[in-house]
Amino acid sequence: MTLKELWHRLGSPRWFYRISGPLAWVLGILALVLLVSGSVWGLAFAPPDYQQGNSFRIIYIHVPTAIVAQSAYMLMGVAGAILLVWRMKMADMVLAATVPFGMTMTALALFTGAVWGKPTWGAWWVWDARTTSMLVLLFLYFGLYALRQAIPRQETAGRACAVLAVVGVINIPIIKYSVDWWLTLHQGATFRLTEAPAMPPEMWIPLAVNVLGLYCFFGANLVGRLRAEIVRREARTAWVRALAAGELQTAREVSEDEVLRMGPGPGAGR
Amino acid sequence: MSFASFGEFLNMGGHALYVWLSYGAAAGVMLYNWAAARRQQRRALQDVLDRMRREAGGRADGRAGRGDEER
Amino acid sequence: MNPKRKQRLMVVLFLLAGAGATVALTLLALNENLNLFYPPDQIVSGEAPTQTRIRAGGMVMAGSVARQANGLDVSFVLTDYEGSDFEVRYSGILPDLFREGQGILVQGQLGSDGVFKADEVLAKHDENYMPPELADMHRPAAPGGDAE
Repeated sequence: MTLKELWHRLGSPRWFYRISGPLAWVLGILALVLLVSGSVWGLAFAPPDYQQGNSFRIIYIHVPTAIVAQSAYMLMGVAGAILLVWRMKMADMVLAATVPFGMTMTALALFTGAVWGKPTWGAWWVWDARTTSMLVLLFLYFGLYALRQAIPRQETAGRACAVLAVVGVINIPIIKYSVDWWLTLHQGATFRLTEAPAMPPEMWIPLAVNVLGLYCFFGANLVGRLRAEIVRREARTAWVRALAAGELQTAREVSEDEVLRMGPGPGAGR
Repeated sequence: MSFASFGEFLNMGGHALYVWLSYGAAAGVMLYNWAAARRQQRRALQDVLDRMRREAGGRADGRAGRGDEER
Repeated sequence: MNPKRKQRLMVVLFLLAGAGATVALTLLALNENLNLFYPPDQIVSGEAPTQTRIRAGGMVMAGSVARQANGLDVSFVLTDYEGSDFEVRYSGILPDLFREGQGILVQGQLGSDGVFKADEVLAKHDENYMPPELADMHRPAAPGGDAE
Protein backbone atom coordinates (compact mmCIF):
# COMPACT_ATOMS: atom_id res chain seq x y z
CA MET A 1 0.00 0.00 0.00
CA THR A 2 1.47 3.31 -1.00
CA LEU A 3 1.38 6.32 1.27
CA LYS A 4 -1.21 7.97 -0.90
CA GLU A 5 -3.48 4.95 -0.72
CA LEU A 6 -3.11 4.83 3.04
CA TRP A 7 -4.01 8.50 3.21
CA HIS A 8 -7.20 7.88 1.25
CA ARG A 9 -8.07 4.83 3.28
CA LEU A 10 -7.55 6.65 6.56
CA GLY A 11 -10.17 9.04 5.32
CA SER A 12 -12.67 6.20 5.12
CA PRO A 13 -14.51 5.56 8.40
CA ARG A 14 -15.69 2.22 7.13
CA TRP A 15 -12.18 1.00 6.36
CA PHE A 16 -10.94 2.24 9.70
CA TYR A 17 -13.79 0.57 11.56
CA ARG A 18 -13.05 -2.71 9.86
CA ILE A 19 -9.35 -2.81 10.70
CA SER A 20 -9.45 -1.14 14.11
CA GLY A 21 -11.26 -3.73 16.22
CA PRO A 22 -8.22 -5.92 16.85
CA LEU A 23 -5.97 -2.84 17.00
CA ALA A 24 -7.81 -1.53 20.07
CA TRP A 25 -7.39 -4.86 21.82
CA VAL A 26 -3.70 -5.23 21.01
CA LEU A 27 -2.97 -1.69 22.18
CA GLY A 28 -5.15 -2.13 25.25
CA ILE A 29 -3.43 -5.33 26.36
CA LEU A 30 -0.02 -3.81 25.70
CA ALA A 31 -1.01 -0.77 27.75
CA LEU A 32 -2.19 -2.93 30.64
CA VAL A 33 1.01 -4.99 30.69
CA LEU A 34 3.31 -1.96 30.38
CA LEU A 35 1.47 0.26 32.86
CA VAL A 36 1.16 -2.43 35.51
CA SER A 37 4.81 -3.48 35.24
CA GLY A 38 6.08 0.10 35.03
CA SER A 39 4.05 1.17 38.06
CA VAL A 40 4.95 -1.84 40.20
CA TRP A 41 8.58 -1.34 39.24
CA GLY A 42 8.44 2.35 40.04
CA LEU A 43 6.52 1.89 43.27
CA ALA A 44 8.36 -1.03 44.80
CA PHE A 45 11.68 -1.63 43.05
CA ALA A 46 13.06 1.72 41.89
CA PRO A 47 15.21 3.41 44.51
CA PRO A 48 13.90 6.47 46.35
CA ASP A 49 15.37 9.90 45.60
CA TYR A 50 18.17 11.07 47.88
CA GLN A 51 16.31 14.32 48.63
CA GLN A 52 12.64 13.55 48.26
CA GLY A 53 12.54 9.98 49.49
CA ASN A 54 9.51 8.03 48.36
CA SER A 55 7.33 10.95 47.26
CA PHE A 56 9.60 10.88 44.20
CA ARG A 57 7.61 7.82 43.03
CA ILE A 58 4.81 10.14 41.95
CA ILE A 59 7.02 10.91 38.94
CA TYR A 60 5.99 7.56 37.40
CA ILE A 61 2.45 8.91 37.04
CA HIS A 62 3.06 12.62 36.73
CA VAL A 63 5.54 12.70 33.85
CA PRO A 64 3.75 10.17 31.57
CA THR A 65 0.39 11.89 31.99
CA ALA A 66 1.91 15.32 31.30
CA ILE A 67 3.70 14.02 28.18
CA VAL A 68 0.63 12.25 26.80
CA ALA A 69 -1.65 15.21 27.60
CA GLN A 70 0.56 17.38 25.37
CA SER A 71 0.92 14.74 22.65
CA ALA A 72 -2.86 14.37 22.55
CA TYR A 73 -3.14 18.11 22.00
CA MET A 74 -0.56 17.97 19.20
CA LEU A 75 -2.57 15.22 17.56
CA MET A 76 -5.68 17.41 17.75
CA GLY A 77 -3.76 20.29 16.20
CA VAL A 78 -2.72 18.10 13.28
CA ALA A 79 -6.25 16.69 12.92
CA GLY A 80 -7.62 20.23 13.02
CA ALA A 81 -5.26 21.37 10.24
CA ILE A 82 -6.19 18.33 8.13
CA LEU A 83 -9.87 19.06 8.66
CA LEU A 84 -9.47 22.70 7.66
CA VAL A 85 -7.40 21.98 4.55
CA TRP A 86 -8.68 18.64 3.26
CA ARG A 87 -12.15 18.62 4.85
CA MET A 88 -11.59 15.00 5.87
CA LYS A 89 -14.44 13.92 8.14
CA MET A 90 -12.28 11.35 9.91
CA ALA A 91 -10.06 14.22 11.10
CA ASP A 92 -13.03 15.80 12.87
CA MET A 93 -13.87 12.48 14.49
CA VAL A 94 -10.27 12.11 15.71
CA LEU A 95 -10.46 15.63 17.09
CA ALA A 96 -13.72 14.93 18.91
CA ALA A 97 -12.58 11.55 20.21
CA THR A 98 -9.31 12.88 21.64
CA VAL A 99 -10.76 15.72 23.71
CA PRO A 100 -12.09 13.75 26.72
CA PHE A 101 -8.95 11.65 27.07
CA GLY A 102 -6.59 14.62 26.77
CA MET A 103 -8.70 16.57 29.23
CA THR A 104 -8.54 13.85 31.88
CA MET A 105 -4.79 13.38 31.33
CA THR A 106 -4.13 17.11 31.77
CA ALA A 107 -6.25 17.17 34.90
CA LEU A 108 -4.39 14.13 36.22
CA ALA A 109 -1.01 15.72 35.49
CA LEU A 110 -2.06 18.85 37.38
CA PHE A 111 -3.49 16.83 40.27
CA THR A 112 -0.46 14.57 40.69
CA GLY A 113 1.72 17.67 40.36
CA ALA A 114 -0.10 19.30 43.25
CA VAL A 115 0.12 16.14 45.33
CA TRP A 116 3.84 15.91 44.56
CA GLY A 117 4.36 19.62 45.17
CA LYS A 118 2.97 19.58 48.70
CA PRO A 119 5.61 17.32 50.27
CA THR A 120 8.54 18.50 48.11
CA TRP A 121 8.04 22.22 47.43
CA GLY A 122 5.89 22.85 50.45
CA ALA A 123 2.86 24.09 48.47
CA TRP A 124 0.04 22.47 46.53
CA TRP A 125 0.13 25.12 43.86
CA VAL A 126 2.46 27.87 42.72
CA TRP A 127 1.72 30.21 39.82
CA ASP A 128 4.93 29.69 37.91
CA ALA A 129 5.25 29.56 34.13
CA ARG A 130 5.12 25.75 33.90
CA THR A 131 2.10 25.17 36.10
CA THR A 132 0.20 28.12 34.62
CA SER A 133 0.81 27.08 31.00
CA MET A 134 -0.33 23.56 31.91
CA LEU A 135 -3.49 25.05 33.40
CA VAL A 136 -4.01 26.92 30.14
CA LEU A 137 -3.83 23.55 28.38
CA LEU A 138 -6.63 22.27 30.60
CA PHE A 139 -8.74 25.30 29.73
CA LEU A 140 -8.06 24.73 26.03
CA TYR A 141 -9.44 21.22 26.44
CA PHE A 142 -12.46 22.62 28.31
CA GLY A 143 -12.92 25.12 25.48
CA LEU A 144 -12.83 22.41 22.81
CA TYR A 145 -15.33 20.35 24.75
CA ALA A 146 -17.69 23.27 25.34
CA LEU A 147 -17.42 24.58 21.79
CA ARG A 148 -18.61 21.30 20.33
CA GLN A 149 -21.53 21.18 22.76
CA ALA A 150 -22.45 24.79 22.02
CA ILE A 151 -22.68 24.54 18.23
CA PRO A 152 -25.48 22.25 17.07
CA ARG A 153 -24.47 21.99 13.43
CA GLN A 154 -21.80 19.32 13.20
CA GLU A 155 -19.81 20.78 10.33
CA THR A 156 -19.64 24.25 11.90
CA ALA A 157 -18.73 22.80 15.28
CA GLY A 158 -15.97 20.75 13.70
CA ARG A 159 -14.41 23.74 11.97
CA ALA A 160 -14.63 25.96 15.05
CA CYS A 161 -12.96 23.26 17.13
CA ALA A 162 -10.32 22.77 14.44
CA VAL A 163 -9.41 26.47 14.53
CA LEU A 164 -9.17 26.45 18.33
CA ALA A 165 -7.12 23.23 18.27
CA VAL A 166 -4.68 24.63 15.68
CA VAL A 167 -4.24 27.98 17.45
CA GLY A 168 -3.86 26.29 20.85
CA VAL A 169 -0.86 24.32 19.60
CA ILE A 170 1.17 27.46 20.36
CA ASN A 171 0.80 26.64 24.03
CA ILE A 172 2.72 23.36 23.66
CA PRO A 173 6.21 24.86 23.07
CA ILE A 174 5.43 27.34 25.85
CA ILE A 175 4.79 24.47 28.27
CA LYS A 176 7.90 22.68 27.08
CA TYR A 177 10.30 25.60 27.30
CA SER A 178 8.69 27.44 30.22
CA VAL A 179 11.24 25.95 32.61
CA ASP A 180 14.11 27.17 30.41
CA TRP A 181 12.80 30.62 29.46
CA TRP A 182 11.72 31.79 32.89
CA LEU A 183 12.61 31.32 36.52
CA THR A 184 10.19 28.70 37.80
CA LEU A 185 9.78 26.59 40.89
CA HIS A 186 9.20 23.60 38.64
CA GLN A 187 12.33 21.61 37.82
CA GLY A 188 13.70 21.15 34.30
CA ALA A 189 12.67 18.45 31.83
CA THR A 190 13.08 14.84 32.96
CA PHE A 191 13.60 13.50 29.44
CA ARG A 192 15.41 15.47 26.77
CA LEU A 193 15.91 14.32 23.21
CA THR A 194 19.53 15.38 23.04
CA GLU A 195 20.85 14.17 26.38
CA ALA A 196 20.69 11.05 28.47
CA PRO A 197 18.49 11.51 31.55
CA ALA A 198 20.30 12.65 34.65
CA MET A 199 18.85 9.77 36.66
CA PRO A 200 20.37 6.29 36.72
CA PRO A 201 18.66 3.57 34.61
CA GLU A 202 16.95 1.88 37.56
CA MET A 203 15.02 5.12 37.98
CA TRP A 204 14.27 6.12 34.39
CA ILE A 205 13.56 2.73 32.77
CA PRO A 206 10.30 2.21 34.71
CA LEU A 207 9.40 5.78 33.80
CA ALA A 208 10.01 5.07 30.11
CA VAL A 209 7.91 1.90 30.43
CA ASN A 210 5.02 3.89 31.86
CA VAL A 211 5.32 6.59 29.18
CA LEU A 212 5.17 3.90 26.49
CA GLY A 213 2.30 2.18 28.28
CA LEU A 214 0.31 5.38 28.52
CA TYR A 215 0.82 6.05 24.81
CA CYS A 216 -0.58 2.58 24.12
CA PHE A 217 -3.52 3.30 26.40
CA PHE A 218 -4.09 6.58 24.59
CA GLY A 219 -4.05 4.69 21.29
CA ALA A 220 -6.48 2.06 22.52
CA ASN A 221 -8.80 4.64 24.04
CA LEU A 222 -8.71 6.82 20.93
CA VAL A 223 -9.56 3.87 18.70
CA GLY A 224 -12.41 2.85 21.02
CA ARG A 225 -13.93 6.31 21.15
CA LEU A 226 -13.36 6.76 17.42
CA ARG A 227 -15.31 3.57 16.68
CA ALA A 228 -18.20 4.88 18.73
CA GLU A 229 -17.99 8.23 16.95
CA ILE A 230 -17.96 6.51 13.55
CA VAL A 231 -21.07 4.45 14.32
CA ARG A 232 -22.82 7.53 15.68
CA ARG A 233 -22.08 9.75 12.69
CA GLU A 234 -22.52 7.12 10.01
CA ALA A 235 -25.65 5.74 11.63
CA ARG A 236 -27.71 6.29 8.49
CA THR A 237 -25.30 4.63 6.07
CA ALA A 238 -25.99 1.20 4.69
CA TRP A 239 -22.82 -0.32 6.10
CA VAL A 240 -23.50 0.70 9.69
CA ARG A 241 -27.08 -0.52 9.42
CA ALA A 242 -25.78 -3.78 8.03
CA LEU A 243 -23.33 -3.93 10.91
CA ALA A 244 -26.11 -3.40 13.41
CA ALA A 245 -28.38 -5.87 11.63
CA GLY A 246 -25.61 -8.44 11.72
CA GLU A 247 -25.42 -7.91 15.42
CA LEU A 248 -29.17 -8.28 15.80
CA GLN A 249 -28.91 -11.69 14.18
CA THR A 250 -25.94 -12.74 16.21
CA ALA A 251 -27.32 -11.39 19.46
CA ARG A 252 -29.42 -14.49 19.98
CA GLU A 253 -26.43 -16.78 20.39
CA VAL A 254 -23.67 -14.45 21.56
CA SER A 255 -23.61 -11.70 24.14
CA GLU A 256 -23.30 -8.07 23.18
CA ASP A 257 -19.78 -7.83 24.55
CA GLU A 258 -18.53 -10.52 22.27
CA VAL A 259 -20.24 -9.03 19.26
CA LEU A 260 -18.50 -5.72 19.90
CA ARG A 261 -15.21 -7.53 19.98
CA MET A 262 -15.86 -9.27 16.70
CA GLY A 263 -15.86 -6.04 14.76
CA PRO A 264 -18.07 -5.44 11.73
CA GLY A 265 -19.97 -8.71 11.94
CA PRO A 266 -21.28 -10.84 9.10
CA GLY A 267 -23.71 -8.30 7.72
CA ALA A 268 -21.15 -5.59 7.11
CA GLY A 269 -19.90 -7.01 3.84
CA ARG A 270 -16.40 -6.75 2.38
CA MET B 1 13.03 -4.43 46.19
CA SER B 2 13.35 -1.03 47.72
CA PHE B 3 11.40 -1.82 50.91
CA ALA B 4 12.15 -4.25 53.74
CA SER B 5 8.55 -5.12 54.52
CA PHE B 6 5.06 -4.73 53.13
CA GLY B 7 4.22 -2.31 55.92
CA GLU B 8 7.11 -0.09 54.91
CA PHE B 9 5.96 -0.28 51.30
CA LEU B 10 2.50 0.91 52.29
CA ASN B 11 3.93 3.65 54.45
CA MET B 12 6.14 5.03 51.65
CA GLY B 13 8.52 6.59 54.13
CA GLY B 14 5.76 8.76 55.57
CA HIS B 15 4.57 9.96 52.16
CA ALA B 16 1.84 7.32 51.91
CA LEU B 17 -0.98 9.85 51.52
CA TYR B 18 0.65 11.64 48.59
CA VAL B 19 1.92 8.58 46.74
CA TRP B 20 -1.22 6.48 47.08
CA LEU B 21 -3.47 9.45 46.33
CA SER B 22 -1.60 9.96 43.04
CA TYR B 23 -1.68 6.32 42.02
CA GLY B 24 -5.30 5.96 43.12
CA ALA B 25 -6.40 8.98 41.11
CA ALA B 26 -4.47 7.67 38.10
CA ALA B 27 -6.11 4.25 38.36
CA GLY B 28 -9.52 5.91 38.64
CA VAL B 29 -8.97 8.09 35.57
CA MET B 30 -7.70 5.14 33.51
CA LEU B 31 -10.69 3.01 34.49
CA TYR B 32 -13.05 5.86 33.71
CA ASN B 33 -11.58 6.34 30.24
CA TRP B 34 -11.72 2.64 29.54
CA ALA B 35 -15.33 2.36 30.70
CA ALA B 36 -16.42 5.51 28.88
CA ALA B 37 -15.02 4.30 25.55
CA ARG B 38 -16.70 0.92 26.02
CA ARG B 39 -20.01 2.44 27.02
CA GLN B 40 -19.97 4.82 24.06
CA GLN B 41 -19.34 2.02 21.58
CA ARG B 42 -22.16 -0.02 23.02
CA ARG B 43 -24.51 2.96 23.16
CA ALA B 44 -23.75 3.98 19.55
CA LEU B 45 -24.56 0.52 18.20
CA GLN B 46 -27.60 0.25 20.44
CA ASP B 47 -28.93 3.53 19.06
CA VAL B 48 -28.64 2.25 15.50
CA LEU B 49 -30.39 -0.98 16.51
CA ASP B 50 -33.16 0.92 18.26
CA ARG B 51 -33.78 3.08 15.24
CA MET B 52 -33.87 0.06 12.96
CA ARG B 53 -36.32 -1.66 15.29
CA ARG B 54 -38.50 1.43 15.35
CA GLU B 55 -38.48 1.63 11.58
CA ALA B 56 -39.08 -2.10 11.26
CA GLY B 57 -41.81 -1.89 13.89
CA GLY B 58 -43.76 0.41 11.63
CA ARG B 59 -43.87 -2.25 8.95
CA ALA B 60 -43.58 -5.59 10.69
CA ASP B 61 -44.33 -5.76 14.40
CA GLY B 62 -42.92 -9.22 15.23
CA ARG B 63 -39.29 -8.36 14.75
CA ALA B 64 -39.32 -5.25 16.89
CA GLY B 65 -41.00 -7.10 19.74
CA ARG B 66 -38.43 -9.84 19.73
CA GLY B 67 -35.63 -7.32 19.57
CA ASP B 68 -36.78 -5.63 22.74
CA GLU B 69 -36.76 -8.84 24.71
CA GLU B 70 -33.13 -9.37 23.97
CA ARG B 71 -32.00 -6.37 25.88
CA MET C 1 -2.47 19.58 -4.10
CA ASN C 2 -5.29 21.42 -5.80
CA PRO C 3 -5.40 25.24 -5.64
CA LYS C 4 -8.37 25.31 -3.30
CA ARG C 5 -6.59 23.17 -0.69
CA LYS C 6 -3.40 25.12 -1.16
CA GLN C 7 -5.32 28.28 -0.38
CA ARG C 8 -6.85 26.73 2.74
CA LEU C 9 -3.44 25.50 3.84
CA MET C 10 -2.14 29.06 3.53
CA VAL C 11 -5.04 30.30 5.65
CA VAL C 12 -4.24 27.73 8.34
CA LEU C 13 -0.55 28.64 8.25
CA PHE C 14 -1.35 32.35 8.48
CA LEU C 15 -3.70 31.67 11.36
CA LEU C 16 -0.98 29.79 13.20
CA ALA C 17 1.70 32.36 12.39
CA GLY C 18 -0.54 35.27 13.40
CA ALA C 19 -1.56 33.71 16.67
CA GLY C 20 2.02 32.61 17.30
CA ALA C 21 3.36 36.11 16.73
CA THR C 22 0.72 37.62 19.01
CA VAL C 23 1.53 35.22 21.81
CA ALA C 24 5.29 35.58 21.29
CA LEU C 25 5.10 39.39 21.47
CA THR C 26 2.89 39.25 24.55
CA LEU C 27 5.30 36.91 26.30
CA LEU C 28 8.24 39.05 25.28
CA ALA C 29 6.55 42.13 26.71
CA LEU C 30 5.72 40.31 29.92
CA ASN C 31 9.03 38.51 30.06
CA GLU C 32 10.32 39.79 33.38
CA ASN C 33 6.92 39.44 35.03
CA LEU C 34 6.70 35.81 34.07
CA ASN C 35 9.60 34.97 36.32
CA LEU C 36 8.28 33.48 39.50
CA PHE C 37 10.94 35.05 41.69
CA TYR C 38 13.79 37.56 41.87
CA PRO C 39 17.27 36.01 41.81
CA PRO C 40 19.84 37.22 44.39
CA ASP C 41 21.56 39.69 42.04
CA GLN C 42 18.30 41.56 41.46
CA ILE C 43 17.63 41.68 45.19
CA VAL C 44 21.10 43.06 45.89
CA SER C 45 21.14 45.54 43.02
CA GLY C 46 17.85 47.04 44.15
CA GLU C 47 15.89 45.97 41.07
CA ALA C 48 13.43 44.17 43.31
CA PRO C 49 10.81 46.42 44.92
CA THR C 50 10.91 46.86 48.67
CA GLN C 51 7.98 47.03 51.10
CA THR C 52 5.78 44.94 48.87
CA ARG C 53 5.09 41.24 48.74
CA ILE C 54 7.50 39.53 46.35
CA ARG C 55 9.21 36.19 45.85
CA ALA C 56 12.95 35.73 45.88
CA GLY C 57 15.06 32.66 45.30
CA GLY C 58 18.57 31.38 45.70
CA MET C 59 20.70 28.65 47.24
CA VAL C 60 21.01 28.34 50.99
CA MET C 61 24.61 29.32 51.77
CA ALA C 62 26.53 26.67 53.69
CA GLY C 63 26.91 27.52 57.38
CA SER C 64 24.48 30.43 57.22
CA VAL C 65 21.48 28.76 58.84
CA ALA C 66 20.99 30.12 62.36
CA ARG C 67 18.08 29.11 64.56
CA GLN C 68 16.87 31.14 67.50
CA ALA C 69 16.38 29.50 70.85
CA ASN C 70 12.60 29.28 70.43
CA GLY C 71 13.16 26.83 67.58
CA LEU C 72 10.86 28.56 65.11
CA ASP C 73 12.71 31.76 64.20
CA VAL C 74 15.40 31.03 61.68
CA SER C 75 17.69 33.13 59.54
CA PHE C 76 19.78 32.09 56.57
CA VAL C 77 21.54 33.56 53.57
CA LEU C 78 20.43 32.93 49.98
CA THR C 79 23.17 33.16 47.37
CA ASP C 80 23.69 32.61 43.64
CA TYR C 81 27.31 31.54 44.26
CA GLU C 82 28.33 34.44 42.03
CA GLY C 83 28.84 37.08 44.64
CA SER C 84 25.26 38.15 45.31
CA ASP C 85 23.59 37.11 48.53
CA PHE C 86 21.01 38.39 51.00
CA GLU C 87 19.75 37.49 54.42
CA VAL C 88 16.33 35.96 55.03
CA ARG C 89 14.43 35.83 58.31
CA TYR C 90 11.57 33.45 58.73
CA SER C 91 9.42 32.13 61.49
CA GLY C 92 7.72 28.80 60.97
CA ILE C 93 8.20 25.26 59.81
CA LEU C 94 10.69 24.76 57.00
CA PRO C 95 9.94 22.31 54.15
CA ASP C 96 11.48 18.82 54.28
CA LEU C 97 13.86 19.60 51.46
CA PHE C 98 15.28 22.69 53.18
CA ARG C 99 19.00 22.20 53.69
CA GLU C 100 22.26 23.92 52.96
CA GLY C 101 23.02 24.18 49.26
CA GLN C 102 19.34 23.63 48.36
CA GLY C 103 17.50 25.97 45.99
CA ILE C 104 14.89 27.83 48.03
CA LEU C 105 12.08 30.24 47.24
CA VAL C 106 10.90 32.72 49.82
CA GLN C 107 7.82 34.87 49.73
CA GLY C 108 7.57 38.02 51.80
CA GLN C 109 8.87 41.57 51.97
CA LEU C 110 12.28 42.96 51.25
CA GLY C 111 13.14 45.55 53.87
CA SER C 112 15.05 48.72 53.09
CA ASP C 113 17.91 47.24 55.14
CA GLY C 114 18.27 44.48 52.56
CA VAL C 115 16.92 41.79 54.87
CA PHE C 116 14.12 39.70 53.46
CA LYS C 117 11.31 38.92 55.90
CA ALA C 118 9.72 35.72 54.62
CA ASP C 119 6.29 34.41 55.51
CA GLU C 120 6.54 31.39 53.22
CA VAL C 121 9.47 29.16 52.31
CA LEU C 122 9.31 26.76 49.36
CA ALA C 123 11.94 24.23 48.33
CA LYS C 124 13.04 23.88 44.72
CA HIS C 125 14.63 20.72 43.41
CA ASP C 126 16.19 19.89 40.07
CA GLU C 127 15.70 17.01 37.65
CA ASN C 128 18.84 15.20 38.79
CA TYR C 129 17.05 12.50 40.72
CA MET C 130 19.39 10.06 42.41
CA PRO C 131 19.25 7.05 44.72
CA PRO C 132 20.61 7.87 48.19
CA GLU C 133 23.66 5.58 47.87
CA LEU C 134 24.65 7.20 44.59
CA ALA C 135 24.23 10.67 46.06
CA ASP C 136 26.58 9.73 48.90
CA MET C 137 29.19 8.61 46.40
CA HIS C 138 28.84 11.75 44.32
CA ARG C 139 29.15 14.20 47.14
CA PRO C 140 31.05 12.71 50.05
CA ALA C 141 31.56 16.15 51.55
CA ALA C 142 27.88 17.10 51.38
CA PRO C 143 26.54 18.56 54.59
CA GLY C 144 24.28 16.33 56.64
CA GLY C 145 20.79 15.65 55.39
CA ASP C 146 19.13 18.00 57.84
CA ALA C 147 18.76 21.71 57.86
CA GLU C 148 20.72 22.04 61.02
